[in-house]
Amino acid sequence: MIHSLFLVNSSGDIFLEKHWKSVVSRSVCDYFFEAQERASEPENVPPVIPTPHHYLISVLRHRIYFVAVIQSEVPPLFVIEFLHRVVDTFQDYFGVCTEAAIKDNVVVVYELLEEMLDNGFPLATESNILKELIKPPTILRTVVNTITGSTNVGEQLPTGQLSVVPWRRTGVKYTNNEAYFDVVEEIDAIIDKSGSTITAEIQGVIDACVKLTGMPDLTLSFMNPRLLDDVSFHPCVRFKRWEAERILSFIPPDGNFRLLSYHVSSQNLVAIPVYVKHNITFREGSSQGRFELTLGPKQTMGKGVEAVLVSSQLPRGVLNTNLNPTQGTYTFDPVTKLLSWDVGKINPQKLPSLKGSMSLQAGASKPDENPTINIQFKIQQSALSGLKVNRLDMYGEKYKPFKGIKYMTKAGKFQVRT
Amino acid sequence: MSTNNLSYNDQGGSDSAVEVGQETTPTSSSNAGAGFGLFSTNFKKNDDLKEMLESNKDSLKLDAMKRIIALIAKGKNASELFPAVVKNVASKNIELKKLVYVYLVRYAEEQQDLALLSISTFQRALKDPNQLIRASALRVLSSIRVPIIVPIMMLAIKEAASDMSPYVRKTSAHAIQKLYSLDPDQKEHLIEVIDKLLKDKSTLVAGSVVMAFEEVCPDRIDLIHKNYRKLCNLLVDVEEWGQVVIISMLTRYARTQFTSPWREVSGGGNSETAFYESDEKKTENEDEKKSYMMDPDHRLLLRNTKPLLQSRNTAVVVSVAQLYWHLAPKHEVGVITKSLVRLLRSHREVQYIVLQNIATMSIQRKGMFEPYMKSFYVRSTDATHIKSLKLEILTSLANEANISTILREFQTYVKSQDKEFAAGTIQAIGRCATNISEVTDTCLQGLVLLLSNRDETVVAESVVVIKKLLQTQPTQHSDIIKHMAKLFDNIAVPMARASILWLMGEYCERVPQIAPDVLRKVAKSFTSEEDIVKLQTVNLAAKLYLTNSKQTKLLTQYILNLGKYDQNYDIRDRTRFIRQLIVPNEKSGALGKYARRILLAPKPAPVLESTYKDRDRYQLGTLSHTINTKASGYLELSDWPAVAPDQSVRNVEVIEPVRIHLYLYCPFPLTIQALHQGSVCVCQCLYHKVSCYFVSVCNASQDCIHNRARFVCLCRVCLCVCVLESSSEVESDEEKSSSQSSEESDKSSSQSEKSSSESDSEQKKKTTKKPPQKKTVKPTAKDRLHGFVPKKCLSRSLCFSLYTHPCPLSCAALLQVSGPAFVPEKSHDLLHRMTGKGLSAQYQFPRQPCLYQPSMVSVQISLTNTSDRPLEQIHIGDRSPTGLNMHCFNTIECLLPEASVTVSLGIDFNDSTQAANFQLCTKEDQFSVSIQPAVGELFLPITMTEQDFRQEQGKRLGMNESSATITMAAANTTSQPISRQVATVANLGVVPSGQDNIHRFAGKTASTGAVVLVTVELRGESTALITINTEKSVMGPMLLRDLKRALAQA
Repeated sequence: MIHSLFLVNSSGDIFLEKHWKSVVSRSVCDYFFEAQERASEPENVPPVIPTPHHYLISVLRHRIYFVAVIQSEVPPLFVIEFLHRVVDTFQDYFGVCTEAAIKDNVVVVYELLEEMLDNGFPLATESNILKELIKPPTILRTVVNTITGSTNVGEQLPTGQLSVVPWRRTGVKYTNNEAYFDVVEEIDAIIDKSGSTITAEIQGVIDACVKLTGMPDLTLSFMNPRLLDDVSFHPCVRFKRWEAERILSFIPPDGNFRLLSYHVSSQNLVAIPVYVKHNITFREGSSQGRFELTLGPKQTMGKGVEAVLVSSQLPRGVLNTNLNPTQGTYTFDPVTKLLSWDVGKINPQKLPSLKGSMSLQAGASKPDENPTINIQFKIQQSALSGLKVNRLDMYGEKYKPFKGIKYMTKAGKFQVRT
Repeated sequence: MSTNNLSYNDQGGSDSAVEVGQETTPTSSSNAGAGFGLFSTNFKKNDDLKEMLESNKDSLKLDAMKRIIALIAKGKNASELFPAVVKNVASKNIELKKLVYVYLVRYAEEQQDLALLSISTFQRALKDPNQLIRASALRVLSSIRVPIIVPIMMLAIKEAASDMSPYVRKTSAHAIQKLYSLDPDQKEHLIEVIDKLLKDKSTLVAGSVVMAFEEVCPDRIDLIHKNYRKLCNLLVDVEEWGQVVIISMLTRYARTQFTSPWREVSGGGNSETAFYESDEKKTENEDEKKSYMMDPDHRLLLRNTKPLLQSRNTAVVVSVAQLYWHLAPKHEVGVITKSLVRLLRSHREVQYIVLQNIATMSIQRKGMFEPYMKSFYVRSTDATHIKSLKLEILTSLANEANISTILREFQTYVKSQDKEFAAGTIQAIGRCATNISEVTDTCLQGLVLLLSNRDETVVAESVVVIKKLLQTQPTQHSDIIKHMAKLFDNIAVPMARASILWLMGEYCERVPQIAPDVLRKVAKSFTSEEDIVKLQTVNLAAKLYLTNSKQTKLLTQYILNLGKYDQNYDIRDRTRFIRQLIVPNEKSGALGKYARRILLAPKPAPVLESTYKDRDRYQLGTLSHTINTKASGYLELSDWPAVAPDQSVRNVEVIEPVRIHLYLYCPFPLTIQALHQGSVCVCQCLYHKVSCYFVSVCNASQDCIHNRARFVCLCRVCLCVCVLESSSEVESDEEKSSSQSSEESDKSSSQSEKSSSESDSEQKKKTTKKPPQKKTVKPTAKDRLHGFVPKKCLSRSLCFSLYTHPCPLSCAALLQVSGPAFVPEKSHDLLHRMTGKGLSAQYQFPRQPCLYQPSMVSVQISLTNTSDRPLEQIHIGDRSPTGLNMHCFNTIECLLPEASVTVSLGIDFNDSTQAANFQLCTKEDQFSVSIQPAVGELFLPITMTEQDFRQEQGKRLGMNESSATITMAAANTTSQPISRQVATVANLGVVPSGQDNIHRFAGKTASTGAVVLVTVELRGESTALITINTEKSVMGPMLLRDLKRALAQA
C-alpha cells in the first residue's frame, strides 16, 4: 500500500524520508514540487498526483506536506486518513507537529512510523497501543534514560493490541478519578449581503478527558438525543445500544479522545448568534473607499460573545487603510491585504464598530467584488443546537468519579458576504 | 577532527564544531537528532560511529544508532556502516535492537551477503516465548529483500500462520505480501497459507489476510465462500483499516455472487434513475418484490456494513458508501447521503476525495444530494480544486425547481477574485442553461452582461459559453452576435477571439453587414494572431467567400496567401485545403461543387457535459476513480451475473446455533448466537448489546458420556467470564437435523432484535417467509434455556488472551483431548474462615484443559468473605517451590461482606502430587495455603480408538505396567458404574470397547503429556483386573491405589 513517506517543509525541502518497501528515490517528489509551483496557494496543491510509475498522495498540516508514495490501486482516502493519523500521533507525542519538533525527535518519529505501518499496511494506530510500545519523550524520561540507560521502547506486546477493547490499556490507576466532557459546537454559515442566512450548519463534537481507574463502563444520556441524527462515534461506543436507546454506552479510552462528532445540517433552523452591519464601498475613479463595520449579538440566549476576531481579505487594489475601532485593535498588512480586527468581547450596550477609509491605487479600476468577512467568536456555557447532557453514570467500578461537563459554541467557517 | 566518544555526549560542543560545514537547516537537537549534518561533509566521521558501535557499552551503541537513523531519515547514505551495525542485531537492549532492525530493513537489499549474517538471529527469535519478539523477528525477516532466504521466509510464514498469538498470525499475513513481491513463484504455497489464515477467527487477522488475498490472488474468489459469513459478522469488530480492505473485497465478491437488486429493465441509464426519483417508493417496492428476491447473504452484507457509516474513519465511511452504491437496491442507497455530507467538514484532502465521489453519484442520482445542496455552497476560503468540485456538483443538482437559487449563488461566484473559479462558474452557468431550457434565456442575458466585465478571462469564458449556447438556438439572437462582433477589438484571449470568428462565419447570413468587416479587421492582424485564431480566420474567410463572394473575394485571397506561408503546417495545410475547395479552377475535382454543403452544413449543438460523466466506469472511492485512469492493480468490478451462482458454497458446517439466555451469577447475561465446533465463537451479551467471545472448552458434539457440555464465555465489554454447563441431556441428533436455514433465520432474528429500530422491508419479508422453521426452532431454544444452567462465574477481569485461539486444546496431533467425562462436585478447603480472618477459600478441579498454558491444571477457587467488612486486594503472593509455574488470577480489588467470587488458576504441578504452596494475600494479611492434587486430577482425557489403545499399550509393558486384582463391590459390576467410578477418581476419557467385560480409559498427563492407559477387565462375578500402563512409574501405582479403593469400596 504505502510505499514511502516524504516530509516536505514550506520551502520545498525534503527533511525526512521513510520507506516501508524498496527504496523509492526522492526524485519522485519532483512531480510534487512541479504541482506545488503551479498552485498559487499552498492549499491548492492537488492531494493526488499521478506520476509515470507512482502516485503521490499528500496532506498539508502545520505547513508541512506529508507526501505518501503509492504504487498501485488503493483507496485514496485510506492513505489520506492514515497520514492525518500520523500527524495526530506526532502532535500527541511532541505537543506540536512542526519541522523542528520532528527533527528533534527523529528517532522517535522513525520508531513510530515503523510501528504504525508494516509493509505499508497500518499495524498500530491507536494512540494507547503506540504509547505502550514507544513512550513519548518527556524531559524527565530523557534525563532518567541518560542516567540509567533504560529505553523508551516497550518489551511486551501492548495489551490493547490483542484485546477486544484495543483503545484501553489494562491496569490504569489514578488517585483522582475524573471524567470531563466538552461539548463544542462550531457553526458554519454563509451570510448574505443583506444579512439573510444562505446556509448554516452546526458541527459538534464531544471531546472527553477521562482519567478513571480500572475498566469503567460509562453511559452518557442526553436530554434531547433526537438532535443527533448524524453522528460518528469513537470505536468504543456501542452502536447497537445507541440505535436502540439513544444512550452512549462505552468503555472509554484512557486520557483525551473524541467521543463523537455530530452534524446538524442546514435543513434544521440554526440560530445565528451574531449579526454584522457593513458598508464597504469603492467608487469608480476615486482613490478612496469607505469601510464601515458594526457587530452585534443576536440570539445568544443571554450568553456573552467573546474572543471575536474579524478578518477580511481586501481586494488587491487597496493600498492602505485608515480605520478607527471603537474597541480592540486592528491590523492591515499592505502586502497580503489581510485586514484583521481583534474585537474581544461584544458589549450589547455599546456595539463595537470599525469605521474609516481605504486608500486605493490611483487609476486602478473598482474591484468587482466586495471582500468577504470571516468572523470568529466563542460563546461559553452554551451549545447552539441546544444539545444537553442529561446524566453520566459509571458501572463496573466501585469508586465515585468526579464528573464535569462544559459547553461551548465557536464560529467555524463563518463568512459574511458584502 | 577525530571526535572521541566522550565529546559526543557533550552535544552542544560537537554540534557547534561541525556546524560550519552543514549545508541545510541547522538542528537544535536533543539526544535523538544530534549531528544531522555531522557526517554529510566529512566521511571520515563515520569511523567514529564505527568505533562507537564496536564499543561494549550499550549506551554508546545506542547513541551511534540514533545518529545513523537520523542520517537515514535525511536520506543520507549510511550503507558503509553495515558490517558494524549488523553485529548488534542480537543485542539485549530492545531499543538498540529495534533501531538495528530499521537499519537492516533499509540496507539489506544493497548488502545481501552481509545481511545473511543476521538471519540466524531472527530464526532464533521466531521461537521466543514473547509474542512481540516473535512477531517483530518475522516482520524484519520478511522485510529483508534478499532472494536467497525465500525458503526460510516461507517456512517462517507457515509456522507463524499457526502461532498461538493472533498478533503473530497477523504479522504472518503481512509477510505473505512481502514474500510474494520478492518471489512471485511462491504463489501457490502462499495461497495455501492465505486459505488457512482466512479461516482464522480473530478480528486482528481478518483485515491483514484479506489484504494479502487482494494482493496475491484476488481472483481466487472460491477461497472466500466459506468465510463470507464470518467476515460479514466480524466486520464491525475488525480494526478500521482492515474494515476498508474487507469491504472493498466483499464488494467485488458480491458483484460476482449475487444477482442484481436493480430492476431487470435497468440498462444502467439515466432514464431509469429519473423513474426512480419520480416514482413513489411503495410501488417500487412492490414491483421489486415480485421480480426479485435478495439473497440472504447479500442482505447480511448490507446490514452488517451499515453501522460503519458512523465510523470516525473517513475511509471506512466512503468504502461503505461505495458498497451501498454498487450493491444496494436503488431505494436504499439514500442512507449514505448524510454520512458523506458529514465528511465535508473534514480535512481539505478528505473533502476533495469525497466531493469527487459525490460528483459522480450526483450525475446519476440527483435526488440523493439535492436536499443537501446548500452544503455544497462555495466559501471564499476553499481551495480552488474544492471550489470547482462544488461547482460541478451544484451544476449536476440543478433542476427546474432550484435553478433560480443556484443561479443567484452563481452570481456571487462570478464576481470572485479567484478568476479561475469565476471562469469555471461561467461554464457551469452554460451547462445549467443547456440542461434546463426554462432558464436558457435568462442565462444568456446574464452572460451577455458579463461581456462587459473588466476581467478578460471572465469575458473570454463568457464568449466561449455564449458561442455554445447560441448554437442551440441561433435564430433569435442576432443582436447578441452583433454585440460580440463589437467586442472583438477588445478581447485578446485567443479562445474567445476564435469563438467570435467561428460565430461570425457560422451565422454570417444573419449579420451580413458585420461579418465582412470583422474579417477585414482580423486580416490586418492575421500574422500576429494565435494559431487557433488563424484557423478560424481561414474558416470565416471561406464561409464568407461562399455566401458573399462579391465583398470578400479579395480579402479571402489575401488571407489564403498569408496562410500559405504561415509557419504552422496545420495552417498551411488548412489553407491549401480551403483553397482547393472553394476557389474554382480547372483542377478542382468533384468536391468543389459541394463546398457549400461541406462548410455550411448545419452542425449539431454541443452537449455540455460534466467531466464526471464517465467516471462511473471505475469503482467509487478508488484511486482510479480519483485520477480517472486505470491505476496499476485496479480490479474491475464485474457486472452482476444473470443467474446467481450456487448459494450453498457459502454454507459452513455449524453444529447448530444455540441460542440461550443465561441469567447468570455474573452481572450481565449472555446470549450465544452461534456455536462453532470446538473453538471461538461469537455470542451476544444481552446487557451490553455487543458480541462477546465464546470459548467452548468442550462441547456436545464430541463423544462425551453424559452429554455434558461446557462453555466458557467472555463478554468483550465487561470481560466477565462464565462457565456454563448443560445439566440435562442435549440431544445431539436433534442438533444435527435442524437445518442450515434455521440457523439463518435465527441469526437474522437476533440481528433484528439488536437493531429494533430497523424497519427493513426485506427483513419483514423474510420473517413472514419462514414461519414454519421459526416455530420449530423456538421450542428447542427454550428447552435449551432450561438445559443450560450457569455453573460458575469467574472473575470479571480474566486476562485478555483468553479468547485467543483454540490452540491450547490441540496439544498432540494424535491424542485429541476431549472433554472431561465427569466433573466431581467435591471441593476442598483451601483456607478456613477462622484462619483466614473472615476470608474463606475452597478449591476444586474443574478438569478443563487450562486456558493459560496447556501444561497447567486448572483450579477453581471460590473466595467468600464471611467477615463483616470488605476485603480488599485479594491476590496471590509468594509461592513455593519457587520455580512453581502458576497462572494467578488478577487481583480482586474488593470483596464485600457475604459476597463470594470464583476465580480460576492454572498450576503446573509438573506431574507430581507434590502440593503447590502459595500465599493468599489480602491488603492486610497473608495466609499460606496449599493445593494438593489427587493424582487423578493431573490427567487430561484423550480420545482414541481401541486399536490405538492396544498399540499404545503394547509400547508400555514391563516396567511401565502395574496391575492388581480386586474384588469389586456388587454395584460396580456393570459398565456404567465402572466408568463413573473411574472417571470420578481420575480425569480420563472412555475408550470405546468391543468387549463387554473390558473397559478402557485413556488420558495423558497435563504437564509432560505422557500417555496413561487404564484397563479394567471383569473376571467372573466380582473380581476384576486393573492394569495401568504409563511411563510415569510413580503415577501408575498411585493411580492404581486410588482406583482400587474406589472400585472396591462402593
